[in-house]
Amino acid sequence: MDPEPFEVGHAVREAINILSSSRNGVQISEALGTIKCYLGGTENQAPLKEREEFTRVHFSAFLRGLVSNLSPDWIELLTSDQQKELWDSFFLEGPADQAFLVLLDSIISMGPSFRLMKVISILEQFLQTGRMSALMWEVCHQQAQAGLPTFQETLLNKVVCLPDHLCNKLQGNNLPIFFPQNYFPLLATEIIQVLQRISDSLRGGLDCSISFMSQVLGKVCVHGRQEEILNVLVPRLMDLTKVDCIWQRMCWRLVECVPDRWMEAVVCGFVQKAPGADVLSRLLGNLVVKNKKAQFVVTQKLLLLQYSYVTAVLQNLLGYLALDSLRRSLLIKVLKELLETWGSSSAVKHCPVEQQLYVSKAILICLSHLKEPEIESNRQELLTSMMGGMKCRLDSNLPRVRRLGMIVAESISSRITTDGPSLKFQYEDDDETRELKSLQQTAPLQLHVTDLPNAGRNNSPSATPKAVSKPSGNPHPATPAVPEEGSDLELDSDDDLVPYDMSEDKELKKMKAPVYIRDCIEVLTGSEDMDKWEATMKVLESLIRRNSATTREVSMELAKVLLHLEEKTYIEGFVELRKRALVAVTIIDPVPVVQYLTSQFYSLNYSLYQRMDILDVLALAAQELSQPQASGKNKPCSTQSPCIQTVSGSDSSQNWRRIVDERIKSKTHRLAKGQSLVEPACGPNKFSSLAGHFFFPLIQNFDRPLVTFDLLGDDHLVLGRLAHTLAILMYFAIHTVAAATMGKSLLEFVWTLRFHTDSYVRQGLLSAVSSVLLSIPSERLLEDMTDEFLETQSWLEGTVLAECQYAKEK
Amino acid sequence: MALPPPDPQFVLRGTSAEVHTLHFYCGGQEPDYPILFSGSSNGLIHVWNLKTRRVDTILDGHGGKSVYWVEAIYGRDRLLSQGRNQKICLWDLAEGRNTVTDSVFTENVGFCKCSLLKVAQGHWLMAMPGKDLDEVQVLELPSKTSVCTLKPEADAKPGMPMSLKLWQPDFGSCPFLLAGYEDGSVILWNLSGGKILSRLACHQEPVMSLDFDSEKTKGVSGSSEEVLTVWSLDEQQNLKVQKTHKLVNAGIADVAIRQDKKILATAGWDHRIRIFGWKKLKPLAILDYHTATVHCVSFSDHSRPSERLLAAGSKDHRISIWSIYNQTSGALHCPLETRKPD
Repeated sequence: MDPEPFEVGHAVREAINILSSSRNGVQISEALGTIKCYLGGTENQAPLKEREEFTRVHFSAFLRGLVSNLSPDWIELLTSDQQKELWDSFFLEGPADQAFLVLLDSIISMGPSFRLMKVISILEQFLQTGRMSALMWEVCHQQAQAGLPTFQETLLNKVVCLPDHLCNKLQGNNLPIFFPQNYFPLLATEIIQVLQRISDSLRGGLDCSISFMSQVLGKVCVHGRQEEILNVLVPRLMDLTKVDCIWQRMCWRLVECVPDRWMEAVVCGFVQKAPGADVLSRLLGNLVVKNKKAQFVVTQKLLLLQYSYVTAVLQNLLGYLALDSLRRSLLIKVLKELLETWGSSSAVKHCPVEQQLYVSKAILICLSHLKEPEIESNRQELLTSMMGGMKCRLDSNLPRVRRLGMIVAESISSRITTDGPSLKFQYEDDDETRELKSLQQTAPLQLHVTDLPNAGRNNSPSATPKAVSKPSGNPHPATPAVPEEGSDLELDSDDDLVPYDMSEDKELKKMKAPVYIRDCIEVLTGSEDMDKWEATMKVLESLIRRNSATTREVSMELAKVLLHLEEKTYIEGFVELRKRALVAVTIIDPVPVVQYLTSQFYSLNYSLYQRMDILDVLALAAQELSQPQASGKNKPCSTQSPCIQTVSGSDSSQNWRRIVDERIKSKTHRLAKGQSLVEPACGPNKFSSLAGHFFFPLIQNFDRPLVTFDLLGDDHLVLGRLAHTLAILMYFAIHTVAAATMGKSLLEFVWTLRFHTDSYVRQGLLSAVSSVLLSIPSERLLEDMTDEFLETQSWLEGTVLAECQYAKEK
Repeated sequence: MALPPPDPQFVLRGTSAEVHTLHFYCGGQEPDYPILFSGSSNGLIHVWNLKTRRVDTILDGHGGKSVYWVEAIYGRDRLLSQGRNQKICLWDLAEGRNTVTDSVFTENVGFCKCSLLKVAQGHWLMAMPGKDLDEVQVLELPSKTSVCTLKPEADAKPGMPMSLKLWQPDFGSCPFLLAGYEDGSVILWNLSGGKILSRLACHQEPVMSLDFDSEKTKGVSGSSEEVLTVWSLDEQQNLKVQKTHKLVNAGIADVAIRQDKKILATAGWDHRIRIFGWKKLKPLAILDYHTATVHCVSFSDHSRPSERLLAAGSKDHRISIWSIYNQTSGALHCPLETRKPD
């Protein structure tokens, strides 16, 4: 048995005894001095073996003894110099890990007292004098020689949770240095110092473990202090790794060694804090390839599960994936997964629009990073997912979702079609679309020039060859071909010449428009002459309205032709022209045409567009029929055709009259505006006798699905339009005999559909209910349809709020 | 809201052929009535009495070949007419006569209208397309002696002259010729030296017609494309483009600036007559009456501004007569106040 352990232990026990029992200052300081010899660093230090023995076995116990003896009168036995020299120094100069643990343990276990204050001030000094780095360095050093895992665990906990412990203990009296916002930056600088020492020792050929640092980093991050610690750490590491490959390796190792359970927090922190993809790539290395957890976080969690990050983070992340050939395979994988999400119809329905925006942004950034060969090899897959995604996105009722779909699809198609035209949609640009479009034009990041720097190679940006930027200006600056008339100093101008109406100045049509309705039908059905066809379309409505008798003869035929008419060649406002012509036919000969249209609405082989057109036509026709107007006199101004003007002064006398009227009007003050109102035109409501023809065939068959048309299924857009149209018909049927019956069936209709998933349909139902309330006298409402009405009322109470909320959000 | 464009004052029918050229003579004193000469594609020249709105005389001197330029000389008694039979005839119309007293044979077969300029009492200069394709000849009338022949240098290649306009800065000074060519350029010739002073390529297509305002030294040209170009002539005798106006439909057959330099009329291939303010080329009116290409427009030289007329001749055999912007001030509103509505 070695005598020395006994000797050291004996000395320590003796000293503790003296400390606890003696009241003599000299004796105490002598005992402390004796023990101090074992710490080393003084002139008469104990032999190395004894010192090691002391630090390994007795140091903690001794410190505890010191703390437990601490009391105001006891400490006064020592002079303040002695206090510093003998008492404080044990904590500040002895092995930092043990001292730290003792300090924290005593703080945790002690109640408020003088001792506590003393210990805290020691701890403050401990932090201020940079003992934390010593502590961590010791652990790293020990780790290389396989230290004790439980001891490290405790230490780790205490290091990371120090602000919490002190805060709990001191509450309002906490010192600033222990605040998390001060402590963690301090910890970060200490970490950098430790890393510095590690790098030095690695350069010296010594082995060192970095895993404790990783644990500290991981635990701090998982405790939600990424912000504080990485704000200091990332810029420092960025600078240090720029030119030094040992630092770079250390940095990679630092992140790789973070335990899996804390990996997510660390990676997220780095992704957010790194100022660019190249920096991120330098800091993380090929982490995503090596570490499954990190891979999951980067490729799944950050992209597909979360969507709160700003675009810059996405750019960092995907740029990072794109910067190394090993990671590029992940980039493609990510793109495919993103596209899968983008193209899944359930995601379109159930994800918040913000998330869809996030995914769209990610896709666009991915695309901007892909290179031609990569696209080439995945073309088919991209095309398939684009088509699928586009379909379900264009199906959506939300314009924003549709537009997102359009932009992404445009961008994909422009990348995958090298030759030939790519997809092009029409939508209005706003800030969002502009942002998205700017993403796809992201210049590819500078490839890893700084990825694997050698210590000797200078990779600072100044060394990279600068692109010689030529002034792109035209050598011959184009002189404006048309110099403005600013030089024209004539004061008088053409202003005294008042221009006439020049709105008729249109492109000259070479073809003369037909004059008879039968000719029109012929042209529309058979003619291959596009000019003639176009001219016909333009005059058709006015022809129909002028020749009501002839129209009645061919109304069915004409309606049929118009309904099936396709835009053979581009005509401005074709849809509108066709619709107006159909409305005109409907008004001239309502009963058969409406019968035809409503029956066609529910028959096979029509496009959704045609069906919606039918609804529009019915609504417009109902509106026009219901408006009181003296028949024939008061035509809507849209039908005013360029009439044949007589060659003489009769016209100008009308002008004269008008001008005089205007002048009188402008010079007359009217005290009551009401007098000048034109007496409202009155006439029989033509719609009253026809309302049933419009309404009932339309509401009849909505629940009978056809092969190509299923109102209760996919075609909810048309269902929504149907609901709105029925509401409009109901509204115009005010004061008609059929109104009550109509209202009853409409309420039933609403009742069947009240829980429809599509908000557009539900809004249609709400407007249907409103028009029922408007159009039906209240006594009829309450007597004849009490049940329906009450049911509706209870439904409304639940729905209206939600829908209003929804509408407001939109 | 702007007023709808006016209708023609009246329409002259009965030429039974396309109307290619129009020329007013309204300068005479009472009891002389204002006259409109029209030349048609069937070789006839109609002399219209604007008071009765009937044809006074029909002159047939071009062998059934289209007449494309007429202009009165010596008051209303003499008339110059240019036809596709390569002849320029001088008619004597005094005292009911209608005989060709003199004629010049042009060796040119193009469509270029001549241009006439009175240089002194009883002396005129007439520019006409010359023998060679790109040549312009200037004759002195009535002596028919050739003053000069303007031929571009061999490498200039402007093509055929399409439209001519003789003018002189002030009475008695040296006259200039503006000629629009087939390649779309307008060339300013100095007659005394027979030299090109300036050349301006202002159209992509042949210049169909041009007119020039010698007071403001700026002119306008129309071509078969859809722009109307206004160019100006500076003190150094350089032509430069001042303004272009894009039309809805391509093709301008004729341009005319009214004598008071207030408005400009164009004859469009799109059947429409367009009126612009001359100072700033402000579009003022679109006169839509004809059902075929309008070949020519002409302003009357009535001494009283309020009687000034605009005539347009068209492929649809009609001549439309318009009364537009002929009130000296408050152009549109004035007459309305003075007239009773009855």
